[in-house]
Amino acid sequence: MLETAAFIVFAGLAIGCALAVVLQRNPLYSAISLIGVFIALASLYVMLASPFIAAVQIIVYAGAIMVLVVFVIMLLNVEEDVFSTKRLKSLGAIGAVMGLALAAQALFIFYAVNRGLPNNAAATDNPTMGLPFEIGKSLFTSYLLPFEVTGVLLLMAIVGAMMLSRRLQTQKLEEVVEEERERRHDN
Amino acid sequence: MDLTNAAVYFLIKFAACFLAFNAVLMVVAYTVLAERKVLGWIQGRIGPNRVGPWGMMQPFADLLKFIFKEDIIPDKSTRFVYFLAPLIALICALLPMVVYPFGPNVNLTSLGLQDIPYAGQYLSSFPLAIARFDVSLLFVLAVTSIGVYGIALAGWSSNNKYSLMGGLRASAQMISYELSMGMSIIGVVILAGSLDVFTIVEQQTISWGGILPGWYIIPQFLGFIVFLISAFAETNRVPFDLPEAETELVAGFHTEYSALKFALFFMAEYVNMFTVSAMCATLFLGGWHVPGLSHLVAYGSIPYAIISVIAFFAKIFGFLFFYIWVRGSLPRFRFDQLMNFGWKFLLPAAILNVVLTITFVFILNGSR
Repeated sequence: MLETAAFIVFAGLAIGCALAVVLQRNPLYSAISLIGVFIALASLYVMLASPFIAAVQIIVYAGAIMVLVVFVIMLLNVEEDVFSTKRLKSLGAIGAVMGLALAAQALFIFYAVNRGLPNNAAATDNPTMGLPFEIGKSLFTSYLLPFEVTGVLLLMAIVGAMMLSRRLQTQKLEEVVEEERERRHDN
Repeated sequence: MDLTNAAVYFLIKFAACFLAFNAVLMVVAYTVLAERKVLGWIQGRIGPNRVGPWGMMQPFADLLKFIFKEDIIPDKSTRFVYFLAPLIALICALLPMVVYPFGPNVNLTSLGLQDIPYAGQYLSSFPLAIARFDVSLLFVLAVTSIGVYGIALAGWSSNNKYSLMGGLRASAQMISYELSMGMSIIGVVILAGSLDVFTIVEQQTISWGGILPGWYIIPQFLGFIVFLISAFAETNRVPFDLPEAETELVAGFHTEYSALKFALFFMAEYVNMFTVSAMCATLFLGGWHVPGLSHLVAYGSIPYAIISVIAFFAKIFGFLFFYIWVRGSLPRFRFDQLMNFGWKFLLPAAILNVVLTITFVFILNGSR
């Protein structure tokens, strides 16, 4: 009983916040709603007996990535949604297709659970499954290759960021500043 | 009193949280007084001494003043976020208290409460912690990482350039130092083999060679130093109090906050100091453990538990005194010095600590 009530609260929170992310016109409100989605999802993970994933979800997404997003919004101080609806119209069709795919996925999960297809053993059957020990073991044994490939991907991102933020030579910097000045003068 | 009933269990946990949070807030009120007194002594002044004997009632006078002051909301502020920010700050500061063990498991059977139905199994080993779960250390890190938003959003929503600068500085500083803080506790996690704070403390009750206490400050001294320095930065205390540097930013992120909302930020800062001190004592100084106490009093008995709880608080107060001492002694960093120190010295030191710990554990345990 209590579990169902908690599920309804957190699932409702997740859906409500997700709607707010899309519907809010102020980008900072959208970002805050997205943090709400992450926290609600983490609560659902806890209910699915995976506390480790829940904690990592909050530390990485809500605690690190969203801080950077909020940081950028605060720095740029984007007040309201400035995009015209005309420009977004072409995206409507893509959005519809994506939405259909997502709905099909959700329906398939319902179908799989109802039909009792294999590989749908409940996570709670094995109480140690969501704990750090088990996750670490599978990361370093059966899923070693994907894990290391992800590491290389992140390394590439770091190298890219360093390339972008590297200080330019003084002469080059002057050129860039000059270009920027001309561009602003034209406007 | 059926303890297996979910509603009863919920009520008991709620009462425990209520008690713990109020106790922490009382400690915080007197930390503020202690800070003013100790700073007074350091600077050759007397400090507050008017309200009550030795100024002991000063915190309550301050609180009454905060409550009755006019609550000013800036016209151009973003109303909802402006209200939300102090709440996030205080809640995220208080939440970690849920997982810290205040003492060992206590055997309460001598109290003669066995007649209460269903209570017997809990009485024989009653944990002095509100919640115990496998990833409680990660829970603490997760909650503190959410705490950044309190300050960042306060700075943004006030619509004031000083507040915004303070908020930006605070978020940049807290992300940078959170990294070295998380790195510095990995050594402890490796040694203890667990992310459960309760287990980490229990692992420290052994002793190294029968003489030294088994506290992790001895094998993890580098980690301890890195953790302590990042803890100062995480709580925005001197010498890392750049988010509220009054010579540059008026009062930083809380410039536009007044009355009780300012009090919430003020409380959040001191609660943060308390929880970080509790974490430091738990991870590196053996939590409630007193070396040699089990020879005098039986482990799990009520006197043992009382002495342990007092020892835990004594360690926390030691750290709080250290905070105040440093505030009285050190000047403030410049912002570029702060960033350089965090990324170019503290983080490599923390990584070195992790590498050393892994190497030593591997050599000592052999390749299992």
